[in-house]
Amino acid sequence: MTFVRPNFRHPENHTNQRGYSIKNYEGALSTLCAGCGHDSISASIIKSCFDLNLEPHKIAKISGIGCSSKTPTYFLGKAHGFNSVHGRMPSVTTGANLANRDLLYIGVSGDGDTASIGMGQFAHVVRRNLNMVYIVMNNGCYGLTKGQDSATADKGSASKKGVPSVFDSIDLCQLALQLGAGYVARSFSGDKKQLTPLIKAAIKHQGFAFIDVVSPCVTFNNTPTSTKGYEWVRDHLEATGTVDFIPSKSEITVDYPEGTTRKLALHDGSELLLHKNAHDYDLSSLKAAMDRIESTKELDKILTGLIYHNQSVQDTHELIQTVEQPLNELSQQQLCPGSKVLEKLNASLR
Amino acid sequence: MNEVNTIKATNDFVIRFANVNGSGSASANNLFSKAVFRLGVPVSSKNIFPSNIQGLPTWFEVRINEQGYLGRRGGYDFIVAVNGQTMLKDYHDLLPGGYFFYDSSKRLPDTFTRDDVIEIGIPLTAICNANYTEPRLRQIFKNIIYVGALAYLFDMDFTVFEDSIKSQFAKKEKLIAPNIQALRLGYDYAQQHFSNSCGLNIHRRDLNGEQILLEGNAAAGLGAVYAGATVAGWYPITPSTSVVEAFEKYCHAYRVDAESGKNKFAIVQAEDELAAIGIVIGASWNGARAFTATSGPGVSLMSEFLGLAYFSEIPVMLMDIQRTGPSTGMPTRTQQSDILSAAYASHGDTKNVLLFPANPKECFELTVAGFDLAERLQTPVILMSDLDLGMNVHQCDPITWDDDQVYDRGKVLNEKQLDEMAEKWGRYLDVDGDGVPYRTIPGTHPVKGAYFTRGSSHDEYAAYTEDGEVYARGMQRLLVKWNTAKKLVPKAQIDGEGKSIGVIYYGTSDYATQEAMDILRVDQDIDSMRIKAFPFGAEVAKFVRKHDVIFVIEQNRDAQMKTLLVNELAVSPNKFVEVLNIDGMPITAAFLVGEIRHRLEQSTTSIKQQEA
Repeated sequence: MTFVRPNFRHPENHTNQRGYSIKNYEGALSTLCAGCGHDSISASIIKSCFDLNLEPHKIAKISGIGCSSKTPTYFLGKAHGFNSVHGRMPSVTTGANLANRDLLYIGVSGDGDTASIGMGQFAHVVRRNLNMVYIVMNNGCYGLTKGQDSATADKGSASKKGVPSVFDSIDLCQLALQLGAGYVARSFSGDKKQLTPLIKAAIKHQGFAFIDVVSPCVTFNNTPTSTKGYEWVRDHLEATGTVDFIPSKSEITVDYPEGTTRKLALHDGSELLLHKNAHDYDLSSLKAAMDRIESTKELDKILTGLIYHNQSVQDTHELIQTVEQPLNELSQQQLCPGSKVLEKLNASLR
Repeated sequence: MNEVNTIKATNDFVIRFANVNGSGSASANNLFSKAVFRLGVPVSSKNIFPSNIQGLPTWFEVRINEQGYLGRRGGYDFIVAVNGQTMLKDYHDLLPGGYFFYDSSKRLPDTFTRDDVIEIGIPLTAICNANYTEPRLRQIFKNIIYVGALAYLFDMDFTVFEDSIKSQFAKKEKLIAPNIQALRLGYDYAQQHFSNSCGLNIHRRDLNGEQILLEGNAAAGLGAVYAGATVAGWYPITPSTSVVEAFEKYCHAYRVDAESGKNKFAIVQAEDELAAIGIVIGASWNGARAFTATSGPGVSLMSEFLGLAYFSEIPVMLMDIQRTGPSTGMPTRTQQSDILSAAYASHGDTKNVLLFPANPKECFELTVAGFDLAERLQTPVILMSDLDLGMNVHQCDPITWDDDQVYDRGKVLNEKQLDEMAEKWGRYLDVDGDGVPYRTIPGTHPVKGAYFTRGSSHDEYAAYTEDGEVYARGMQRLLVKWNTAKKLVPKAQIDGEGKSIGVIYYGTSDYATQEAMDILRVDQDIDSMRIKAFPFGAEVAKFVRKHDVIFVIEQNRDAQMKTLLVNELAVSPNKFVEVLNIDGMPITAAFLVGEIRHRLEQSTTSIKQQEA
């Protein structure tokens, strides 16, 4: 890996509608292992935010602990970041979101961070339907402590240590579906073309958006015997259909043969264009989504792409009916009832 | 009736109600203690309840004391025994010459053979059965009937009860007449059968002035509203739950936007205490005032997160309503046993600011002060209340608010300040020399002020570092901040100076200690100091230095505050004498006087022996 980022940019390098160049969305140089899948996911996040013309400082990136949780340092350097404690990203993000509902919250976690130590917090942030993007960089192992199996390591899968996992794995997408997530997707760090539109749509989704990204650990879990290695994953992918993200008010310039695409409306008027394939099913059906994950597993394959989408669920703020104005902007005058009220209250306590 | 040397007292006695949990006795007992308060006689009540919802024994102790002593006295002059399960024990707990009030619908068993107490049997069940047909009413009014009987026996002004009922049911008017009738039934029966039987009286004194009756937890919840807290993450745990419930109640009253009907607050019942404090940290990091309330077990669970907030310098307002530990301990009994675990909560070198309220008014004031301190110092502040203070109704001075008071939001840079800043801003750079750096809130400025918050070691500019020197510099700077905190926290309350003997106490030991001091000072010169905060200010260090023998009064086994004093002030433990109450009941003046006198006698004897 290199420790110097070249300043050279492609001469056609352009700025987005807000006048930001891609550089404005980059972060510090990655210190992860060369070839780590996580860096590709970071690149997709950068590309998504650039394409969506987001203001970097209106984004909060929050993580737990682990290799995946280090990545927020490597993207969106102009955004505030918070590397919290192991497995607790969801609660910190909940608090941050309650304080200011106007920022975009990107939570980054790993399979250890989410499926083991942070399982409880993951379950409850889904249940609260917090308006956030929750990305799990899933490599089936604990990279930062040198490759122990995680709870998403498939039964029988063996990492570099060569000992097959004896326990069944936890499927985070199935869990998210059961807990009521309105947007559930799975992707592969090696498939940027699929991942980037999925991230964009997740950002535009109002409510909890979950993306489980299989992201091989090149150092400890990229063996031929591992079901989270590049080779195995590439050979066993089965997509629900390719997706394009269409920003609001933009025309669809490419013609698709009738009956081969389906549009999914997102909160702000933008759309997700889904190119149907042979494995098409009703993405708004929870039952169909669960069924498809299971039936794909039976074929020894990994279902990727958008798995479930339901825009009708209310997010945390709607559920607890907070004011539109961010709570962190309310003034003392708006918050403090003052002395007169207290006098009345005292009188009622005698 | 035997010739019994009965207890005779006016406005100075203790009554204990022995009830069954969940039988509706609490509101009747409160009706009684509130009537005492409204007669202008100082009163304190303690709810001694089980960790149970229905069926187990519960007691309610009311001390009536016109000298104004509000601590638990110990000993019972009058017992209302309406719980069959505990009746015999209650009977034996009564002081000689005391009064045993029971439901005489059933004859007292033969085992009740004391000849030094007065038995007052009122057929509560029979009266109820004769007057009410509905079982629910029979249960509820049985409680009201004994209150009516007490009104007669203690020669209390009956109109006070009538007025209380009227104001209590102002919105349910049809309940007024039946309640007053029930009071009357008890009053009349007692008058007909027990005239001049009771030597205890409660007579009007008008000593209570502007004072109010309030639970500490309600005051703390109200304090959070006044302090501008908008986010509360919490997890239910006795005895802290009523803090957030009060916050919610007062928010619904004062914080709903009139136009939209929407809430200017967010309360989330979290999945556990870890998430509760995580929510507080996330919200505080993002510029809202946020808090959580818990008890000892919750503080243990929150420890990792408290270290994160300490090291990454995020304001946290945490309320610890202490209960009897360790582990689950006695969840419905009081103690001051989280002092050390809160002060040093979290691994590594961590210290947290603690505040020690002694009454509901201070729960309010120190909550408000706590939010200011947390933001000024960018660190966790823990309000160390306890079950006695939090869950019992206390008589205290009215709560006040100065409308000119402005929240201290601490060192937060806004967009303009960031624009005008010529030098490079460092999140952890100590530019003022007080150890407190400047922070920014996410979203403030398009290109300036963004940084990465982390619990891993960082340099002055918030960049990750494993350079030992840089790390050490940051840790030393946190000590500079700690020294700043010493000047900002509330000062200890000191009474007297120049004597060689001192007493140190804190929190709810206040009531009993004040009473004990009045007794001890009659023949002994003693100075006293009530600690209100940790870290200790210069006045605490001075008090410790200036006294040769210092009694430290605590409600825990291990003298945790003493340990903290010895450790933080680097003084010899030999000058401290531990006075410890650990039975889970509020500490009493009688215990303190006994213990301190005993220790003083011991030391005089040993000095005399040395001289001889």
